[in-house]
Amino acid sequence: MALSYYTPEFIVERDESRCIQCQVCVRQCANDVHYYVDDEDTVQADGRHCVGCHRCVTLCPTHALNIRQNTLEFRPHANWTSSALRNIFKQAETGGMLLTGMGCDQPYRIYWDHMVLNASQVTNPSIDPLREPMELKTFIGAKPDRLEFVEGEDGPELVTEIAPQLELDLPIMFSAMSYGSISYNACESLARAATAAGTFYNTGEGGLHPNLYQYGANTIAQVASGRFGVHLDYLNAAAALEIKVGQGAKPGIGGHLPGEKVTLDISQTRMIPEGSDAISPAPHHDIYSIEDLRQLIYALKEATRYTKPVGVKVAAVNNIAPIASGIVRAGADFVAIDGIRGGTGAAPTTIRNNVGIPIELALAAVDQRLRDEGIRQHASLIVAGSVRSSSDALKAVCMGADAVYVATSALVAMGCHLCQHCYTGKCNWGIATQDPYLTKRLNPNIGARRLANLLRAWSLEIKEMMGGMGVNSIESVRGNRDHLRGVGLNQVELEALGIRAAGR
Amino acid sequence: MKIIIIGNSATAVGAVESIRLYDQSAEILVITKESSLIYSRPMLSHYLAGQIDQTRVAYRDPDFYCRFDVQVITDDAVTEIDLAARTVTAESGMTQSYDKLLISTGGVPIVPPMPGVDAEGVYTFTELSDADGILDRVQREKPVQNAVVVGGGMIGIKAVDALQQRGVSVTMLELAPRILSAAFDQTASDMVSDILRRSGVTVLTNDTVAKIHTVDGAIGEVTLRSGETIPCDLLVFGIGVRPNSVLAKSAGLEVNRGVVVDSFMRSSDPYVYAAGDVAEAYDLVVDMNRTVAIWPNAYRQGAIAGAHMVGVERPDEGGIAMNTIEADGVAAMAIGDANMEDSGQADLQFLSELDERAHRYRRLVIRDGRLVGAILVGDVNRAGIYTGLIRSKVPVNDCCKTLLSPHFGLLSLPEHYRKHVVTGEGIEI
Amino acid sequence: MKRIVIHEEYCIGCRLCEVHCLVQHSESRDIIKAYKVERQSGGGLMPRLLFEESGPISFALQCRQCEEPSCLEACISGAMHRDPKTGAIICDESRCVGCWMCIMVCPAGAIQQSQTLHKIASKCDLCYGAEMPACVANCPNEALTYEEV
Repeated sequence: MALSYYTPEFIVERDESRCIQCQVCVRQCANDVHYYVDDEDTVQADGRHCVGCHRCVTLCPTHALNIRQNTLEFRPHANWTSSALRNIFKQAETGGMLLTGMGCDQPYRIYWDHMVLNASQVTNPSIDPLREPMELKTFIGAKPDRLEFVEGEDGPELVTEIAPQLELDLPIMFSAMSYGSISYNACESLARAATAAGTFYNTGEGGLHPNLYQYGANTIAQVASGRFGVHLDYLNAAAALEIKVGQGAKPGIGGHLPGEKVTLDISQTRMIPEGSDAISPAPHHDIYSIEDLRQLIYALKEATRYTKPVGVKVAAVNNIAPIASGIVRAGADFVAIDGIRGGTGAAPTTIRNNVGIPIELALAAVDQRLRDEGIRQHASLIVAGSVRSSSDALKAVCMGADAVYVATSALVAMGCHLCQHCYTGKCNWGIATQDPYLTKRLNPNIGARRLANLLRAWSLEIKEMMGGMGVNSIESVRGNRDHLRGVGLNQVELEALGIRAAGR
Repeated sequence: MKIIIIGNSATAVGAVESIRLYDQSAEILVITKESSLIYSRPMLSHYLAGQIDQTRVAYRDPDFYCRFDVQVITDDAVTEIDLAARTVTAESGMTQSYDKLLISTGGVPIVPPMPGVDAEGVYTFTELSDADGILDRVQREKPVQNAVVVGGGMIGIKAVDALQQRGVSVTMLELAPRILSAAFDQTASDMVSDILRRSGVTVLTNDTVAKIHTVDGAIGEVTLRSGETIPCDLLVFGIGVRPNSVLAKSAGLEVNRGVVVDSFMRSSDPYVYAAGDVAEAYDLVVDMNRTVAIWPNAYRQGAIAGAHMVGVERPDEGGIAMNTIEADGVAAMAIGDANMEDSGQADLQFLSELDERAHRYRRLVIRDGRLVGAILVGDVNRAGIYTGLIRSKVPVNDCCKTLLSPHFGLLSLPEHYRKHVVTGEGIEI
Repeated sequence: MKRIVIHEEYCIGCRLCEVHCLVQHSESRDIIKAYKVERQSGGGLMPRLLFEESGPISFALQCRQCEEPSCLEACISGAMHRDPKTGAIICDESRCVGCWMCIMVCPAGAIQQSQTLHKIASKCDLCYGAEMPACVANCPNEALTYEEV
């Protein structure tokens, strides 16, 4: 067998004066990096298989471990970076597509980091969120063009019929992650946290496990191209439905869960034979035009008796504005747009890193186009694709989003360290795996607690920032781009985002 | 209510602690022929061996009776029970009346009737005074040259092991073809015999003392049944005990070998209880009443009797015969019914594993799919799990292969049983 | 009384419970000293709990603090007793003679032979005096909890 040119990415450092040979690292590494040498009574590490997930570092009781990047240095080259070289080494050896997990890791401009928020000084005084009520409540669903009232006995009575709405306690929801790409324990953690925090989580394309039906009131059920797990009870159990046309990590291509991961439980939830590959085709094979999409939207509304919002999720691509307009006119109650930074359990690296556009630009374009066409209120706008903090979320709302979806942030809250090896199924944190040895590592009691903590912390920060702006309701900042200024952006970017430069 | 307890050992302690758990007002009186020191009989071998001294041979602290509000009358043996009048009379002539009575007179050592058993240098091995006597003899100016222990059962082995640790040369006589025949199987007996022999003990089976020869009232030689006469300056009878039931019998209670009791330790008289070595209680392995004279049974039965006296029903599920010994540092345990030979019995299944070099042996006996006996030599790790299986009568057919595995543990057992032990969840057995 | 509740579905088999049990029962209470110095010197330092593992199922087992403890019944020296303050079953190691009767009767097999020079039975004492047993406090996945049961 020919020599591999692939050198280890990480080096494991062990402080021998602190190592007590307890072998916790040996037991916890799913990649068999650490091993115990019996006759020397030492623990050693072979960094070749280390993925940099930090499980061993976190669990080591004496903090004796550290993981460093292997600073194997090539001759400096601005064009041929070490990762470009290593990718070619890999492909020359395997002849296959490079696979990866999580979201785009390339240095495209992050527009959130080039936007700053306003605050009150002198006029329109700040509000103290600890003393005044701050409203983060958000409604997702189609809003009427006008409200009609009639004079009733006890005052005005509303005549206009309002379309079904989702009521959120804060403008943040958990984005779609399928049971199959993540473990059951991770799904349960998301469901429980969403329920506790008064928001929603999304089933992704894996269907809904029977044990999670109890959280249905806080569940958005996805209908994806593979139609996995889609049956009438599934649709009726959820609070809203989402037709998945695409996702930001891999626009234009479908999904693939390898047969080895289709356990009995997953096969039953997805309604496919055990051990068979679960392939989601790129298009829905019954949606080849916008009329077809309208047909599916209304089929789902009929099936659920028009009691639930039905939305559509698309990836942010070049002509996202007219696409979104078409979706709204097709009758969707909400449009979810997933930017290039969106995460995934498995995708070809080249697609993840090179296809799609940043969500900030997509959001600006879609929000503006819908307003221009006078149909902005006909559907709520949800954005996703690396909302990493409460400030990212608030900036998105100021740009025009009704709410944001977070997934990577949720996984990180549960322990993910972005080693990007989800596709191996050996997630050391018990998240992106079905291996029973590993899934135990995510205790849903702890997972749900950490997720709820994250949402609580962010909602406190959003209230703090809003209070600083002199605003006590999220409605006052929604779509109000005047609260934002750009820093370090060129004229084209400022125009695309629809914001002024700081100082102007 | 006035409760009298005859006896001052494990059963009395079990009864007292149980009574006081539920009732602080009942008057409790303990009458004993010994002193007030509550000592542990099984510890006598450790005491004789020198592993512990006088202070550590105590089973409870000196203030035990005071703390539990119990009256004690010592050095006075009860000689008569009047069931009709509900009184007891002691040697001193004292008479006490009772509302409830617990007979825990224990056992008396079996001594074959022969001239010379009262000679100097001849002892039994059940009471502290015995141990003190043997110790005196062992530690006097002229060291003991030839000790002989009659009995190759539990008591005999413990006496032998203790004397070994004192550096005394010992010969052990066992009437049966092998030692420990009541509890251990052939393999285990052989292993223990080998260990004893290798440590310098002379083990003679199919033999016992036929005649005791004294010189000036002290023992000098013994003639064995086999005909040989050997020198002997210390003779210990460690054959066993039989229930000390003469008091109960003469009072008119139903007595078999021991006092017959129900599952609450009540005798044939509703106000009189019996527990411990004197009682004949239910043995759940052999499914009948019999006397199993071991410390755990004595304590537990005392606790059950005590509870019932004050109106708390703690029915006895039954005792299990079990014991543990050590020969030259190697531990051995026998639990339940485990010593029968494998002769192809239809309802029995035998599992065993032997590692001669490591002195490791385990044998399990399964009857009608349930564990009824276990023998362990050398490695006694987690032996209690087998005891739990015997007690709970959980079917073990499905996990036979794992019962003797090197990593034997709760995970080797049926899931519902394991969960029951770990979490206390109820199970249907 | 408060007891340790075992949740085997969350045990990840890391055995940090054993590490911290040992440290808690060491003299120095310092993890590095306990392992590098005390354990090597033949002090017989060992964890009081037993770790069981079979395939993906694992859990840490310690004394179940039975309501009617078999070990207390069987103990010939009176070493096994119920602590009046905490209600826990404790082995008084100054009285234990290492007869192994307790090992013979414990249905969970939760008592071990100590590796010290003196023969004694070793079992969980609920980290006598501590607010929370060390194994519970240090389990990274909350597979052991301390609850009123």
